Amino acid sequence: MSVVKYSSIAFITFAILAGIAIPMVPQPQSWLEFPIIPGLEDKARNIFFHVPMAWTSVLGFIFALFYGFRYLLTKDFDYDIKSVSSAGLGMMFCILATITGSIWAKFSWGSFWNWDPRETSIFILLLIYGAYFALRSALGSDEVRARLAAVYSIIAGMTAPYYIFITPRIVGGLHPGAKGDTTGSMPLAQLHMTLNMGFVFFIGIIGFSLFFLWLLNLRIRIAQIEYQISKNKM
Amino acid sequence: MSFISSTLAVVSKDVRSELRTRYAMNALLMFVVTSVATILFALREDEVSTEVLSGMFWVVIFFTAMSGLSRIFVSEEERGTTMTLKLVASPSVVYFGKLIFNCGLTLTLSSAVTILYLVVFPTFIIKSMVVFASTVFLGSLGFAATATIIAAIIAKANTKGTLYPVLSFPILIPLLITVMKSTTRALDGEIFNEALGEFQMLTSYLMIIIVGSYLLFDYIWKE
Repeated sequence: MSVVKYSSIAFITFAILAGIAIPMVPQPQSWLEFPIIPGLEDKARNIFFHVPMAWTSVLGFIFALFYGFRYLLTKDFDYDIKSVSSAGLGMMFCILATITGSIWAKFSWGSFWNWDPRETSIFILLLIYGAYFALRSALGSDEVRARLAAVYSIIAGMTAPYYIFITPRIVGGLHPGAKGDTTGSMPLAQLHMTLNMGFVFFIGIIGFSLFFLWLLNLRIRIAQIEYQISKNKM
Repeated sequence: MSFISSTLAVVSKDVRSELRTRYAMNALLMFVVTSVATILFALREDEVSTEVLSGMFWVVIFFTAMSGLSRIFVSEEERGTTMTLKLVASPSVVYFGKLIFNCGLTLTLSSAVTILYLVVFPTFIIKSMVVFASTVFLGSLGFAATATIIAAIIAKANTKGTLYPVLSFPILIPLLITVMKSTTRALDGEIFNEALGEFQMLTSYLMIIIVGSYLLFDYIWKE
């Protein structure tokens, strides 16, 4: 785990330093210059932080779903602890992605919220996280709570392809890759970035993913200890 | 008993207990009337566009469904008959029985809303009958399928009533966006082929939810 810990710190530090310090010029000549994107200018730097956060929030959901699935197969309570820890982290990153995206939208598109399809999908993800925790708090016994929460996360995961892949493409929107944008978009198309921007961007994605794994590991260990203590008390 | 006849036995049991009290039907129809009346008070004499009308149409169906469809499992839990049902029928039989009953209830409900809208809104004119009928049919089935599996989940929870729309809404959003768009097309009088994309999406959604629920229902139902 210490490898994950130190490399995540290194990667994120690199992404923050490079993302903020590298100047933006009209005609980039060397590796240490980013091109100016018309209409975005310095606001484009947010992409190194906003997109990795959104990515990590989806990662949190995938982990929660995976561990929920494992719980249903094995009925091992340890998987439920992992599942809920991952969902909690995912929700935190989802809120961060919504806030950074909303601030970016205010300065690029004019208002905090535009109901663009991708904004809708992060909103749905936020709702799913909220519903997941609401369901958990409404169920009494540990076993029932673990089972039903796992089932709900799987059902929510089944409809995810619709609002991640289908709706953003059939409804017009402001993000790249909406209907009418012929170049396609993440996660199923090329990036509209120069090489050095793409490099910093992917370092950011890797850094945030490792950061997520480190925090997940911490949270799981804390939750396991808490579970042990509560069991010993009984 | 074979799979089909035992499923039909579950359906007929639910229909009979519904006919005895008429609780769900009466409550749902009254809910439809009150919500449509509220919309009428808000809109008064305004000329509303087809987009607003189709949106309102599905808003009424959504909230009515959310107020009544959970009864299918909640009533079993309240009357304490869950255990008996577990003894006499296999989980998949129970699931499909409940699903068919809820499909019937939702189809009745959406036809009632359609008739009411045709009567009270002069601008609500169905120009393309085929598109409208297919949208309402597929949309209602999708609603019923999602509502059934979520009802099974919340039947065990403490705060059933408030939790039901909270859990269902994120799952239903893809369906809601599509049916609203497709209904607007029907009101604008577009032909069937133009709405084909929406029907493909509705059909695939319906299939995914039913197959997924069928596979997961064992884990919800068995203790």
